[in-house]
Amino acid sequence: MSATMTADAFTRLSRRQLAWCAAQAIPDGSYVNLGIGVPTLCANVMPADREIVLHSENGVLGFGPAPAAGEEDRDLINASKEFITMKPGGAYFVHTDAFVMIRGGHLDLALLGAFEVSGQGDLANWTTGDRRFPPGVGGAMDLAVGAKAVWVLTEHTTKKGEPKIVDTCKYPLTAPKVVRKIFTDLAEIDVTPSGLVVRAMVEGLTLPALQALTEPKLTLADDCRVLSAPAA
Amino acid sequence: MAIDKIVPGVAEAVAGIESGMTIMISGFGFAGVPNDLIHGVLDLGVTDLTVISNNAGTGTEGLAALMGSGRVRRIICSYPRSKGSDNFDARYAAGEIELELVPQGTLSERMRAAAAGVGGFYSPTSVGTDLAAGKEVRTIDGRDYVLELPLRADVALVQAQKADRWGNLVYSKAARNFGPVMAMAADLTIVQAKEIVPLGGLDPEAIVTPSVFVDRVVHIDNDREWDI
Repeated sequence: MSATMTADAFTRLSRRQLAWCAAQAIPDGSYVNLGIGVPTLCANVMPADREIVLHSENGVLGFGPAPAAGEEDRDLINASKEFITMKPGGAYFVHTDAFVMIRGGHLDLALLGAFEVSGQGDLANWTTGDRRFPPGVGGAMDLAVGAKAVWVLTEHTTKKGEPKIVDTCKYPLTAPKVVRKIFTDLAEIDVTPSGLVVRAMVEGLTLPALQALTEPKLTLADDCRVLSAPAA
Repeated sequence: MAIDKIVPGVAEAVAGIESGMTIMISGFGFAGVPNDLIHGVLDLGVTDLTVISNNAGTGTEGLAALMGSGRVRRIICSYPRSKGSDNFDARYAAGEIELELVPQGTLSERMRAAAAGVGGFYSPTSVGTDLAAGKEVRTIDGRDYVLELPLRADVALVQAQKADRWGNLVYSKAARNFGPVMAMAADLTIVQAKEIVPLGGLDPEAIVTPSVFVDRVVHIDNDREWDI
């Protein structure tokens, strides 16, 4: 436990930096859905040297970053209901077709938020069961089972500091065994058949310190990198 | 006889909607919501409604006004909670509104099934989760699927960009969302269109909703900023 007591030895990524790290890992030429929360921020920080086609569940394919102030169009929004822009080659379509693309396995990757992820890749992100906070499933269950791969983008711990990467999800599942990779504000972690493998960590973070914030056993990749992103 | 589905105003557009009916309402977030028609329904004073819409409204007008009115018994949607969904949240917390939560792709495909006259479909979405509770599970080619049934409505309220007097429609960008599938899945489809064009004014290659699915069109071209 001593590792967690050495406060300020590392700095957590901002939400935008977390989105940046995930965006840089998306293969060139991919068709990628961005879900509600941190994932939709990725559209603003995509790598400029790759052609990646972004999909939004509300009937948009091929969108770009947020518009400049004053250029917002109320008919053009993403899953988080934030304003977006269209890129040349983009298309609009009815909701049923948006989910044909999702459920039918036509998307290479879905980036989703999470309340909890288990060491086996179980995802929980639609309800806490608390009646004061109505549940909201949106497209999460369709995306979780339909995309060819699912990555989760989330803070590593809850606001109370409890692990969000857990042995067993205590919240109801969105889908079992679907998450392949987890980007947090502390690390990039692969979900593999032999367990969780840390591919990258923020500067100054040690495996014992990360393990103390994570329930399932972590293994360090031989080529574990420093997880860093441009400031702001 | 010339077919003319264009009605003079909102009151004529929503005429005949009765208490106890099931109403689909287009829109995703604030994009593509037929706010004028929703307020037309509110003005009718009808109650005991079932609303089918992706969200449950934010702010004080449109869907949120409907949720706050106490006239909605039940909502079928995928994502009711949003920043500003206070009207719904309060009714839900108080147990004053029933919620059927449906995954978004299942919601739209159930509408399509109703529209297409199909008796249901098997979907991999929600398998192994609480939302599949009580549903038939069938294994097809080694994968598990749950049976989902058609979802139809008495009335669909749809917002479109352009319409002609037959009811052919085109939409604007992401404001299209649920409009085309809801227009197909209701007994009575009522459209508010920002622009009315002459018959033949829409390219047949580009028409999104063919006129057969539309019953009434009202021209709403105001640029009112709704609190939604």
